[in-house]
Amino acid sequence: MVKITFVQPDGSQQVVEATPGMTVMEAAKLALVPGIEAECGGACACATCHVYVEEEWREKTGEPSPMEEDMLDFAFDVREESRLSCQIKVTEDLDGLVVRVPEKQF
Amino acid sequence: MQQDATKQGRPETEPVETDCVIIGAGPVGLFAVFELGLVDIKAHVVDILDKPGGQCAELYPDKPIYDIPGLPVVTGQELTDRLMEQIRPFTPTFHFGERVDELQRMPDGRFMLKTDAGTMFLTKVVVIAAGGGSFTPKRPPLEGIEAYEGKSVFYAVRRMQDFAGTDLLIVGGGDSALDWTLNLQPLARSLTLLHRRDEFRAAPHSVERMRQLVAEGKMQLKIGQVTALHGEDGWLEAVTIRTKDGEERLKCNRMLPFFGLTMKLGPIANWGLNLEENLIPVDTEKFETSEKGIFAIGDINTYPGKLKLILSGFHEAALMAQQAHKYVYPDRKLLFQYTTSSSSLQKKLGVR
Repeated sequence: MVKITFVQPDGSQQVVEATPGMTVMEAAKLALVPGIEAECGGACACATCHVYVEEEWREKTGEPSPMEEDMLDFAFDVREESRLSCQIKVTEDLDGLVVRVPEKQF
Repeated sequence: MQQDATKQGRPETEPVETDCVIIGAGPVGLFAVFELGLVDIKAHVVDILDKPGGQCAELYPDKPIYDIPGLPVVTGQELTDRLMEQIRPFTPTFHFGERVDELQRMPDGRFMLKTDAGTMFLTKVVVIAAGGGSFTPKRPPLEGIEAYEGKSVFYAVRRMQDFAGTDLLIVGGGDSALDWTLNLQPLARSLTLLHRRDEFRAAPHSVERMRQLVAEGKMQLKIGQVTALHGEDGWLEAVTIRTKDGEERLKCNRMLPFFGLTMKLGPIANWGLNLEENLIPVDTEKFETSEKGIFAIGDINTYPGKLKLILSGFHEAALMAQQAHKYVYPDRKLLFQYTTSSSSLQKKLGVR
Protein backbone atom coordinates (compact mmCIF):
# COMPACT_ATOMS: atom_id res chain seq x y z
CA MET A 1 0.00 0.00 0.00
CA VAL A 2 1.07 3.51 -0.87
CA LYS A 3 0.10 6.40 1.36
CA ILE A 4 -0.98 9.70 -0.17
CA THR A 5 -1.71 12.83 1.83
CA PHE A 6 -4.32 15.29 0.60
CA VAL A 7 -4.07 18.76 2.14
CA GLN A 8 -7.21 20.89 2.06
CA PRO A 9 -7.08 24.68 1.57
CA ASP A 10 -7.78 25.08 5.32
CA GLY A 11 -4.69 23.02 6.11
CA SER A 12 -6.49 19.87 7.25
CA GLN A 13 -4.90 16.65 6.08
CA GLN A 14 -6.22 13.26 5.08
CA VAL A 15 -3.95 10.28 4.50
CA VAL A 16 -5.40 7.74 2.11
CA GLU A 17 -4.16 4.34 1.03
CA ALA A 18 -3.69 3.61 -2.65
CA THR A 19 -2.71 0.55 -4.63
CA PRO A 20 -0.07 0.84 -7.33
CA GLY A 21 -1.79 0.96 -10.72
CA MET A 22 -4.71 3.09 -9.66
CA THR A 23 -4.64 6.85 -10.15
CA VAL A 24 -4.32 9.48 -7.44
CA MET A 25 -7.84 10.62 -8.39
CA GLU A 26 -9.25 7.12 -7.83
CA ALA A 27 -7.55 6.91 -4.45
CA ALA A 28 -9.12 10.26 -3.54
CA LYS A 29 -12.59 9.25 -4.72
CA LEU A 30 -12.46 5.93 -2.84
CA ALA A 31 -11.59 7.80 0.34
CA LEU A 32 -14.16 10.54 -0.39
CA VAL A 33 -11.57 13.31 -0.26
CA PRO A 34 -13.49 16.59 -0.49
CA GLY A 35 -12.73 18.84 -3.45
CA ILE A 36 -11.79 16.09 -5.89
CA GLU A 37 -14.84 15.98 -8.14
CA ALA A 38 -13.60 14.07 -11.18
CA GLU A 39 -16.75 14.85 -13.14
CA CYS A 40 -15.65 12.91 -16.22
CA GLY A 41 -14.61 9.82 -14.31
CA GLY A 42 -10.93 9.93 -15.18
CA ALA A 43 -11.01 10.38 -18.94
CA CYS A 44 -8.86 13.53 -18.84
CA ALA A 45 -11.92 15.28 -20.22
CA CYS A 46 -12.65 17.84 -17.52
CA ALA A 47 -10.43 19.53 -14.97
CA THR A 48 -12.25 18.82 -11.75
CA CYS A 49 -9.61 16.59 -10.15
CA HIS A 50 -7.01 19.38 -10.21
CA VAL A 51 -4.35 19.19 -7.48
CA TYR A 52 -1.10 20.94 -6.61
CA VAL A 53 1.81 18.55 -6.19
CA GLU A 54 4.15 19.45 -3.31
CA GLU A 55 7.50 20.70 -4.57
CA GLU A 56 9.58 17.71 -3.41
CA TRP A 57 7.30 15.28 -5.25
CA ARG A 58 7.18 17.06 -8.58
CA GLU A 59 10.07 15.15 -10.09
CA LYS A 60 8.54 11.77 -9.24
CA THR A 61 5.06 12.63 -10.47
CA GLY A 62 6.48 14.13 -13.67
CA GLU A 63 5.19 16.73 -16.06
CA PRO A 64 1.68 16.87 -17.47
CA SER A 65 1.27 15.42 -20.96
CA PRO A 66 0.22 17.81 -23.76
CA MET A 67 -3.36 16.50 -23.50
CA GLU A 68 -3.35 17.13 -19.75
CA GLU A 69 -1.91 20.64 -20.30
CA ASP A 70 -4.80 21.34 -22.68
CA MET A 71 -7.27 20.20 -20.08
CA LEU A 72 -5.56 22.25 -17.36
CA ASP A 73 -6.63 25.30 -19.38
CA PHE A 74 -10.09 24.57 -17.98
CA ALA A 75 -8.94 24.56 -14.36
CA PHE A 76 -8.94 27.52 -12.03
CA ASP A 77 -5.80 29.02 -10.47
CA VAL A 78 -3.39 26.84 -12.42
CA ARG A 79 0.19 26.89 -11.17
CA GLU A 80 3.54 25.37 -12.00
CA GLU A 81 2.77 22.46 -9.70
CA SER A 82 -0.70 21.84 -11.11
CA ARG A 83 -1.66 18.34 -12.23
CA LEU A 84 -4.87 16.49 -12.92
CA SER A 85 -4.90 13.74 -10.32
CA CYS A 86 -6.53 11.29 -12.76
CA GLN A 87 -3.34 11.44 -14.80
CA ILE A 88 -0.97 10.56 -11.95
CA LYS A 89 -0.53 6.79 -11.77
CA VAL A 90 0.23 5.48 -8.29
CA THR A 91 3.55 3.63 -8.05
CA GLU A 92 5.56 2.35 -5.06
CA ASP A 93 7.81 5.36 -5.65
CA LEU A 94 4.99 7.69 -4.72
CA ASP A 95 4.63 6.35 -1.16
CA GLY A 96 4.34 9.45 1.02
CA LEU A 97 3.14 11.73 -1.81
CA VAL A 98 1.62 15.01 -0.68
CA VAL A 99 -0.82 16.91 -2.90
CA ARG A 100 -2.87 19.99 -2.13
CA VAL A 101 -6.51 20.37 -3.11
CA PRO A 102 -7.25 23.76 -4.70
CA GLU A 103 -9.74 26.14 -3.18
CA LYS A 104 -12.11 25.68 -6.09
CA GLN A 105 -12.69 23.20 -8.87
CA PHE A 106 -14.91 24.34 -11.67
CA MET B 1 -17.48 25.30 -30.06
CA GLN B 2 -19.85 28.15 -30.67
CA GLN B 3 -23.28 26.65 -30.57
CA ASP B 4 -24.67 29.80 -29.00
CA ALA B 5 -23.19 32.02 -31.63
CA THR B 6 -24.77 30.14 -34.48
CA LYS B 7 -28.12 29.68 -32.81
CA GLN B 8 -30.83 31.16 -34.96
CA GLY B 9 -33.58 32.85 -33.03
CA ARG B 10 -36.64 31.36 -34.68
CA PRO B 11 -39.89 33.29 -34.63
CA GLU B 12 -42.64 31.67 -32.64
CA THR B 13 -44.67 29.60 -35.03
CA GLU B 14 -47.04 26.69 -34.87
CA PRO B 15 -45.79 23.87 -32.68
CA VAL B 16 -44.45 20.72 -34.31
CA GLU B 17 -46.99 17.97 -33.63
CA THR B 18 -45.36 14.64 -32.95
CA ASP B 19 -45.61 11.36 -31.05
CA CYS B 20 -42.43 11.73 -29.11
CA VAL B 21 -39.73 14.22 -28.23
CA ILE B 22 -36.43 12.86 -26.98
CA ILE B 23 -34.36 15.30 -24.97
CA GLY B 24 -30.71 14.45 -25.47
CA ALA B 25 -28.90 12.96 -28.47
CA GLY B 26 -26.37 10.93 -26.51
CA PRO B 27 -26.07 7.18 -27.09
CA VAL B 28 -29.16 6.41 -25.04
CA GLY B 29 -31.30 9.08 -26.70
CA LEU B 30 -30.18 7.80 -30.09
CA PHE B 31 -30.97 4.20 -29.26
CA ALA B 32 -34.38 5.30 -27.98
CA VAL B 33 -35.09 6.42 -31.57
CA PHE B 34 -34.47 2.82 -32.61
CA GLU B 35 -36.64 1.15 -29.97
CA LEU B 36 -39.44 3.65 -30.50
CA GLY B 37 -39.14 3.26 -34.25
CA LEU B 38 -39.68 -0.49 -33.99
CA VAL B 39 -43.05 0.20 -32.42
CA ASP B 40 -43.93 2.85 -35.03
CA ILE B 41 -43.25 5.89 -32.90
CA LYS B 42 -41.53 8.73 -34.72
CA ALA B 43 -39.32 10.98 -32.71
CA HIS B 44 -37.90 14.47 -32.69
CA VAL B 45 -34.57 14.72 -30.88
CA VAL B 46 -33.37 17.94 -29.24
CA ASP B 47 -29.82 18.50 -28.03
CA ILE B 48 -27.93 21.56 -26.80
CA LEU B 49 -24.78 20.44 -28.59
CA ASP B 50 -24.37 21.03 -32.31
CA LYS B 51 -23.87 17.33 -33.04
CA PRO B 52 -25.12 13.90 -31.91
CA GLY B 53 -23.30 11.77 -29.33
CA GLY B 54 -23.63 13.73 -26.09
CA GLN B 55 -20.73 13.07 -23.74
CA CYS B 56 -19.38 10.40 -26.12
CA ALA B 57 -18.84 13.05 -28.76
CA GLU B 58 -18.12 16.05 -26.57
CA LEU B 59 -15.99 14.62 -23.77
CA TYR B 60 -14.31 11.53 -25.15
CA PRO B 61 -14.71 11.14 -28.92
CA ASP B 62 -11.33 9.40 -29.26
CA LYS B 63 -11.33 7.43 -26.03
CA PRO B 64 -12.08 3.73 -26.05
CA ILE B 65 -15.19 2.20 -24.47
CA TYR B 66 -14.83 -1.48 -23.58
CA ASP B 67 -18.24 -2.43 -22.21
CA ILE B 68 -20.61 -2.18 -25.15
CA PRO B 69 -21.92 -5.72 -25.74
CA GLY B 70 -20.59 -7.12 -29.00
CA LEU B 71 -18.09 -4.30 -29.56
CA PRO B 72 -14.91 -5.26 -27.66
CA VAL B 73 -13.59 -1.76 -28.15
CA VAL B 74 -15.21 1.28 -29.69
CA THR B 75 -14.49 5.00 -29.37
CA GLY B 76 -17.13 7.49 -28.32
CA GLN B 77 -17.31 8.87 -31.84
CA GLU B 78 -17.50 5.43 -33.48
CA LEU B 79 -20.32 4.40 -31.19
CA THR B 80 -22.16 7.60 -32.07
CA ASP B 81 -21.61 7.05 -35.79
CA ARG B 82 -22.84 3.46 -35.57
CA LEU B 83 -25.94 4.44 -33.64
CA MET B 84 -26.69 7.13 -36.22
CA GLU B 85 -26.43 4.46 -38.90
CA GLN B 86 -28.61 2.06 -36.91
CA ILE B 87 -31.43 4.60 -36.48
CA ARG B 88 -31.33 5.97 -40.02
CA PRO B 89 -34.35 3.88 -41.17
CA PHE B 90 -36.51 5.69 -38.62
CA THR B 91 -35.65 9.16 -39.98
CA PRO B 92 -35.66 11.07 -36.71
CA THR B 93 -35.70 14.87 -36.90
CA PHE B 94 -32.81 16.44 -35.02
CA HIS B 95 -32.84 19.88 -33.44
CA PHE B 96 -29.23 20.60 -32.55
CA GLY B 97 -27.99 23.61 -30.64
CA GLU B 98 -31.29 23.91 -28.79
CA ARG B 99 -32.24 23.33 -25.19
CA VAL B 100 -35.75 22.44 -24.09
CA ASP B 101 -36.59 25.12 -21.56
CA GLU B 102 -40.29 24.65 -20.92
CA LEU B 103 -42.52 21.65 -20.52
CA GLN B 104 -46.20 21.91 -19.80
CA ARG B 105 -49.02 19.40 -19.79
CA MET B 106 -51.92 20.49 -22.00
CA PRO B 107 -55.61 19.90 -21.18
CA ASP B 108 -55.73 17.05 -23.74
CA GLY B 109 -52.94 15.21 -21.92
CA ARG B 110 -50.24 16.00 -24.44
CA PHE B 111 -47.15 18.04 -23.62
CA MET B 112 -46.11 21.42 -24.96
CA LEU B 113 -42.36 21.87 -25.10
CA LYS B 114 -40.47 25.01 -25.98
CA THR B 115 -36.78 25.38 -26.70
CA ASP B 116 -34.55 28.37 -26.07
CA ALA B 117 -34.59 29.00 -29.81
CA GLY B 118 -38.37 29.21 -29.80
CA THR B 119 -39.12 25.82 -31.39
CA MET B 120 -42.32 24.36 -29.95
CA PHE B 121 -43.49 20.77 -29.87
CA LEU B 122 -46.87 19.29 -29.08
CA THR B 123 -46.14 15.68 -28.21
CA LYS B 124 -47.79 12.62 -26.72
CA VAL B 125 -44.76 11.40 -24.83
CA VAL B 126 -41.47 12.89 -23.67
CA VAL B 127 -38.29 10.92 -23.18
CA ILE B 128 -35.65 12.62 -21.08
CA ALA B 129 -32.28 11.14 -22.02
CA ALA B 130 -30.28 14.12 -20.89
CA GLY B 131 -27.34 12.30 -19.29
CA GLY B 132 -25.53 14.58 -16.87
CA GLY B 133 -27.75 17.48 -17.90
CA SER B 134 -27.21 20.08 -20.55
CA PHE B 135 -23.75 21.28 -21.48
CA THR B 136 -23.34 24.85 -20.33
CA PRO B 137 -20.34 27.17 -20.35
CA LYS B 138 -18.12 26.93 -17.29
CA ARG B 139 -18.30 29.91 -15.00
CA PRO B 140 -14.90 30.93 -13.61
CA PRO B 141 -15.20 30.83 -9.81
CA LEU B 142 -14.36 34.51 -9.40
CA GLU B 143 -15.96 36.28 -6.49
CA GLY B 144 -19.10 38.14 -7.42
CA ILE B 145 -19.05 37.15 -11.10
CA GLU B 146 -22.80 36.44 -11.09
CA ALA B 147 -23.57 40.15 -10.80
CA TYR B 148 -21.68 40.88 -14.02
CA GLU B 149 -23.18 38.07 -16.09
CA GLY B 150 -25.43 39.25 -18.90
CA LYS B 151 -24.31 42.87 -18.40
CA SER B 152 -20.58 42.93 -18.97
CA VAL B 153 -19.48 39.30 -18.68
CA PHE B 154 -20.71 36.91 -21.36
CA TYR B 155 -20.07 33.24 -22.14
CA ALA B 156 -21.17 33.50 -25.74
CA VAL B 157 -21.49 36.13 -28.42
CA ARG B 158 -25.06 36.58 -29.59
CA ARG B 159 -24.54 39.79 -31.54
CA MET B 160 -21.09 40.98 -32.49
CA GLN B 161 -22.29 44.59 -32.51
CA ASP B 162 -22.78 44.39 -28.72
CA PHE B 163 -19.00 44.47 -28.41
CA ALA B 164 -18.37 47.42 -30.71
CA GLY B 165 -16.37 50.18 -29.05
CA THR B 166 -15.73 48.18 -25.90
CA ASP B 167 -12.52 47.47 -24.04
CA LEU B 168 -12.75 43.74 -24.36
CA LEU B 169 -10.98 41.00 -22.45
CA ILE B 170 -11.19 37.49 -23.90
CA VAL B 171 -9.95 34.66 -21.69
CA GLY B 172 -8.98 31.21 -22.95
CA GLY B 173 -6.84 29.37 -25.47
CA GLY B 174 -9.22 27.26 -27.51
CA ASP B 175 -11.04 27.87 -30.76
CA SER B 176 -13.86 29.92 -29.21
CA ALA B 177 -11.40 32.32 -27.58
CA LEU B 178 -9.27 32.68 -30.70
CA ASP B 179 -12.15 32.89 -33.18
CA TRP B 180 -13.86 35.62 -31.21
CA THR B 181 -10.57 37.44 -30.75
CA LEU B 182 -10.17 37.58 -34.52
CA ASN B 183 -13.81 38.44 -35.19
CA LEU B 184 -14.22 41.11 -32.54
CA GLN B 185 -10.83 42.79 -32.75
CA PRO B 186 -11.94 45.10 -35.62
CA LEU B 187 -15.03 46.14 -33.63
CA ALA B 188 -13.65 46.57 -30.13
CA ARG B 189 -11.94 49.75 -29.03
CA SER B 190 -9.26 47.65 -27.38
CA LEU B 191 -8.84 43.91 -27.09
CA THR B 192 -6.75 41.78 -24.78
CA LEU B 193 -6.49 38.03 -25.03
CA LEU B 194 -5.50 36.40 -21.76
CA HIS B 195 -4.40 32.79 -21.52
CA ARG B 196 -2.58 30.91 -18.80
CA ARG B 197 0.27 29.78 -21.06
CA ASP B 198 1.81 30.80 -24.36
CA GLU B 199 0.49 27.68 -26.09
CA PHE B 200 -2.95 27.39 -27.60
CA ARG B 201 -5.33 24.54 -28.31
CA ALA B 202 -6.94 26.56 -31.09
CA ALA B 203 -6.32 25.97 -34.80
CA PRO B 204 -2.73 27.02 -35.66
CA HIS B 205 -3.77 29.45 -38.38
CA SER B 206 -6.01 31.37 -35.92
CA VAL B 207 -3.12 31.55 -33.46
CA GLU B 208 -0.87 32.84 -36.22
CA ARG B 209 -3.35 35.55 -37.19
CA MET B 210 -3.73 36.55 -33.55
CA ARG B 211 0.05 36.85 -33.16
CA GLN B 212 0.16 38.97 -36.26
CA LEU B 213 -2.45 41.37 -34.83
CA VAL B 214 -0.34 41.58 -31.67
CA ALA B 215 2.76 42.34 -33.74
CA GLU B 216 0.85 45.09 -35.56
CA GLY B 217 -0.12 46.60 -32.23
CA LYS B 218 -3.82 46.06 -32.83
CA MET B 219 -4.40 43.97 -29.70
CA GLN B 220 -2.44 42.60 -26.79
CA LEU B 221 -1.77 39.09 -25.58
CA LYS B 222 -1.23 38.50 -21.88
CA ILE B 223 -0.08 35.29 -20.29
CA GLY B 224 -1.72 34.85 -16.93
CA GLN B 225 -5.01 34.32 -15.13
CA VAL B 226 -7.80 36.52 -13.83
CA THR B 227 -7.96 36.61 -10.04
CA ALA B 228 -10.53 39.34 -9.36
CA LEU B 229 -13.16 41.49 -11.03
CA HIS B 230 -13.66 45.18 -10.32
CA GLY B 231 -16.70 47.24 -11.13
CA GLU B 232 -20.08 48.37 -9.88
CA ASP B 233 -23.66 47.19 -10.39
CA GLY B 234 -22.54 44.52 -12.78
CA TRP B 235 -20.54 46.87 -14.98
CA LEU B 236 -16.97 45.73 -15.26
CA GLU B 237 -14.26 48.39 -15.02
CA ALA B 238 -11.11 46.33 -14.62
CA VAL B 239 -9.78 42.92 -13.63
CA THR B 240 -6.79 41.84 -11.61
CA ILE B 241 -4.63 39.40 -13.47
CA ARG B 242 -1.74 37.34 -12.16
CA THR B 243 1.17 36.85 -14.51
CA LYS B 244 4.61 35.42 -13.82
CA ASP B 245 5.70 38.96 -12.94
CA GLY B 246 3.06 39.35 -10.26
CA GLU B 247 -0.37 40.92 -10.13
CA GLU B 248 -1.54 43.77 -12.31
CA ARG B 249 -4.73 45.63 -13.01
CA LEU B 250 -6.13 45.56 -16.51
CA LYS B 251 -8.75 48.03 -17.64
CA CYS B 252 -11.68 46.47 -19.51
CA ASN B 253 -15.44 46.83 -19.60
CA ARG B 254 -16.42 43.54 -21.25
CA MET B 255 -15.15 40.05 -20.58
CA LEU B 256 -15.68 36.83 -22.51
CA PRO B 257 -14.36 33.83 -20.55
CA PHE B 258 -14.08 30.58 -22.53
CA PHE B 259 -13.37 27.71 -20.15
CA GLY B 260 -15.19 24.92 -21.90
CA LEU B 261 -18.43 23.26 -20.96
CA THR B 262 -19.81 21.57 -17.91
CA MET B 263 -23.05 19.67 -17.36
CA LYS B 264 -25.91 21.19 -15.43
CA LEU B 265 -29.38 19.78 -14.86
CA GLY B 266 -30.78 23.09 -16.11
CA PRO B 267 -34.47 23.70 -16.84
CA ILE B 268 -35.46 20.06 -16.17
CA ALA B 269 -35.54 21.07 -12.51
CA ASN B 270 -38.53 23.34 -13.24
CA TRP B 271 -40.84 20.80 -14.83
CA GLY B 272 -42.53 19.57 -11.69
CA LEU B 273 -40.85 16.16 -11.73
CA ASN B 274 -39.76 14.44 -8.55
CA LEU B 275 -35.99 14.77 -8.25
CA GLU B 276 -33.41 13.09 -6.05
CA GLU B 277 -30.07 14.87 -5.98
CA ASN B 278 -30.47 16.14 -9.53
CA LEU B 279 -31.54 12.73 -10.82
CA ILE B 280 -35.02 11.69 -11.88
CA PRO B 281 -36.47 8.70 -10.02
CA VAL B 282 -38.22 6.19 -12.28
CA ASP B 283 -39.77 2.75 -11.95
CA THR B 284 -37.86 -0.18 -13.39
CA GLU B 285 -40.70 -1.56 -15.47
CA LYS B 286 -41.43 1.40 -17.73
CA PHE B 287 -38.76 3.93 -16.71
CA GLU B 288 -41.50 6.47 -16.28
CA THR B 289 -41.12 9.52 -14.02
CA SER B 290 -43.58 10.81 -11.45
CA GLU B 291 -45.48 12.24 -14.43
CA LYS B 292 -47.37 9.85 -16.67
CA GLY B 293 -46.07 10.05 -20.24
CA ILE B 294 -42.69 11.49 -19.27
CA PHE B 295 -39.91 8.92 -19.26
CA ALA B 296 -36.31 9.25 -18.10
CA ILE B 297 -33.61 6.91 -19.36
CA GLY B 298 -29.83 6.75 -19.15
CA ASP B 299 -27.58 8.60 -16.72
CA ILE B 300 -30.23 11.14 -15.77
CA ASN B 301 -32.48 8.62 -13.97
CA THR B 302 -32.17 6.79 -10.70
CA TYR B 303 -33.68 3.63 -9.22
CA PRO B 304 -32.49 0.98 -6.76
CA GLY B 305 -29.39 -0.62 -8.24
CA LYS B 306 -28.92 1.98 -10.97
CA LEU B 307 -25.62 1.86 -12.83
CA LYS B 308 -24.62 4.74 -15.07
CA LEU B 309 -23.66 2.55 -17.99
CA ILE B 310 -24.52 3.07 -21.63
CA LEU B 311 -25.72 -0.53 -21.84
CA SER B 312 -28.14 0.02 -18.96
CA GLY B 313 -29.55 3.00 -20.82
CA PHE B 314 -30.11 0.84 -23.91
CA HIS B 315 -32.15 -1.64 -21.86
CA GLU B 316 -34.13 1.20 -20.32
CA ALA B 317 -34.92 2.55 -23.81
CA ALA B 318 -36.36 -0.80 -24.89
CA LEU B 319 -38.70 -1.08 -21.92
CA MET B 320 -39.70 2.57 -22.11
CA ALA B 321 -40.77 2.10 -25.75
CA GLN B 322 -43.27 -0.58 -24.76
CA GLN B 323 -45.10 1.79 -22.44
CA ALA B 324 -44.77 4.76 -24.82
CA HIS B 325 -46.57 2.60 -27.42
CA LYS B 326 -49.56 2.31 -25.06
CA TYR B 327 -49.86 6.10 -24.90
CA VAL B 328 -49.28 6.79 -28.57
CA TYR B 329 -51.48 3.93 -29.83
CA PRO B 330 -53.94 3.25 -27.01
CA ASP B 331 -56.10 1.04 -29.26
CA ARG B 332 -53.34 -1.12 -30.68
CA LYS B 333 -52.10 -4.31 -29.14
CA LEU B 334 -48.36 -4.66 -29.28
CA LEU B 335 -47.06 -8.00 -30.45
CA PHE B 336 -43.60 -8.78 -29.15
CA GLN B 337 -41.30 -9.59 -32.06
CA TYR B 338 -37.66 -10.23 -32.84
CA THR B 339 -35.78 -8.25 -35.50
CA THR B 340 -34.16 -11.54 -36.57
CA SER B 341 -37.39 -13.17 -37.65
CA SER B 342 -40.13 -10.58 -37.94
CA SER B 343 -40.77 -9.56 -41.52
CA SER B 344 -42.70 -6.50 -40.36
CA LEU B 345 -39.80 -5.28 -38.19
CA GLN B 346 -37.38 -5.97 -41.00
CA LYS B 347 -39.51 -3.96 -43.36
CA LYS B 348 -39.31 -1.00 -40.95
CA LEU B 349 -35.54 -1.45 -40.83
CA GLY B 350 -35.34 -1.48 -44.61
CA VAL B 351 -33.97 -5.06 -44.75
CA ARG B 352 -34.29 -6.49 -48.23
